Amino acid sequence: MTITPDQLIQFSPLHRLQWEEAQQKYVILYPEGMVELNQSSAEILKLCDGSRMLAQIVAELEEKFATSGLTNDITNFLNVALQNGWIKQA
Amino acid sequence: MAGSNKLNITPPRWLLAELSYKCPLQCPYCSNPLDYAKYPNELSTEDWKRVLSQARKMGAVQLGFSGGEPLTRQDLTELVGYARELGYYSNLITSGYGLSEEKIVELKQAGLDHIQISIQASTQELNDHIAGTATYQHKQDVAKLIKKHGYPMVLCVVIHRENIHQMPQILEMAENLGADYLELANTQYYGWAHLNRDALLPTREQFEEAEKIAQAYKEKVAGKMKIYYVVPDYYEDRPKACMNGWGTTFLTIAPDGTALPCHSARELPGLDCPNVKDFSIAEIWNESKTFNFFRGTGWMQEPCRSCDEKLKDFGGCRCQAFLFNGDMYSTDPVCSKSPERHRIDTAINSARELALSDREKPLVFRNSKNSKQF
Ligand code: SF4
Ligand code: SF4
Repeated sequence: MTITPDQLIQFSPLHRLQWEEAQQKYVILYPEGMVELNQSSAEILKLCDGSRMLAQIVAELEEKFATSGLTNDITNFLNVALQNGWIKQA
Repeated sequence: MAGSNKLNITPPRWLLAELSYKCPLQCPYCSNPLDYAKYPNELSTEDWKRVLSQARKMGAVQLGFSGGEPLTRQDLTELVGYARELGYYSNLITSGYGLSEEKIVELKQAGLDHIQISIQASTQELNDHIAGTATYQHKQDVAKLIKKHGYPMVLCVVIHRENIHQMPQILEMAENLGADYLELANTQYYGWAHLNRDALLPTREQFEEAEKIAQAYKEKVAGKMKIYYVVPDYYEDRPKACMNGWGTTFLTIAPDGTALPCHSARELPGLDCPNVKDFSIAEIWNESKTFNFFRGTGWMQEPCRSCDEKLKDFGGCRCQAFLFNGDMYSTDPVCSKSPERHRIDTAINSARELALSDREKPLVFRNSKNSKQF
């Protein structure tokens, strides 16, 4: 299972992405479990709202952090996210 | 107190709210205390709200509404709504009894995140026998409704000698019902399960066979249905890291408001478990004698004290040490380094003898009539 570039990416309706004040970090919540996210993973997942495709997510983040060359890192992370069921396509 | 180690107190992450000991089912492996009938009092809605907000403030985020049967509480929807406002990820742990489509929708609107429904077996006859109530058909219907209304569905099947031979059918049933998660929970022998152990504990051969089938199925349904397999620790040579360490992660509140580091802790002597009516959650978690009792490693005896695995399993389960050895400070007898390991082997053999004989030992069902005898 890998990301299809020309399809929208949405966060899984069976998971919840949430800021945790006590932990000062974003977490993913799902039945019987919780994953703590580092800042860059959280920034990527926040853009997975069903309105963007891979290239748009990359472009937005590169602009936000005034950098370039993020395509590989973001694609790798999204592939992991897809395999874990955190995001889905179509 | 035994092991006060206040330097290193992590906040609770999981809160188990046992709303009521009332339950229309009578599972003979129920983990509620044998003498639950002694505690008929239940916290008020206001008490529960206070508990939820205090624990949330400390950092608790995973919330289980359980029991007994949590649906027996009339204020369940209100509590679910309140928990959602606070930002909990909440789970209803139910037998499905009394769960109508209307209620499923109502709870969803209130903000419930997922539902864990238990099914006792893959056939009506066995399910209804073990549950002590005719519930099989209703449970199947409820499972479908849970999916229909967009919840992640966790199907929980407790495994023991009466249903372990159904492993292939249980796996198929879960897949057909569209479960997102299947929890195959080998019985943990506390409470009623401990009482019924001779009749419930599978033989090693049965266990190994069932585990092989479950593991193979795991691969078959990868990406579709997640299987959580809870091992029966009697057949292991290291104990489980019980509750991820005492007072580190889990907080259970019993129906009457007693705060427990694990749901069997009430059976340990001299713990004086505090009640949420008398103390705040922060006081209970940080300062109570109960929650500090087995924190850290200072309380340990040999062989745990000088063992290089003590931060891995924390010496195992205190309740199991007490149940077998009569000494809650001792090494969990499951551990092959424990001088008491033979007690586990004796229990295994005793159940095995019964399994291989044609004798029958009737199950003691979990109901208030039986509970009043303890
Ligand atoms: S294990 Fe069975 S009897 Fe015990 S609370 Fe759950 S459904 Fe009720
Ligand atoms: S001796 Fe104690 S700490 Fe060491 S493995 Fe056994 S239970 Fe764990």
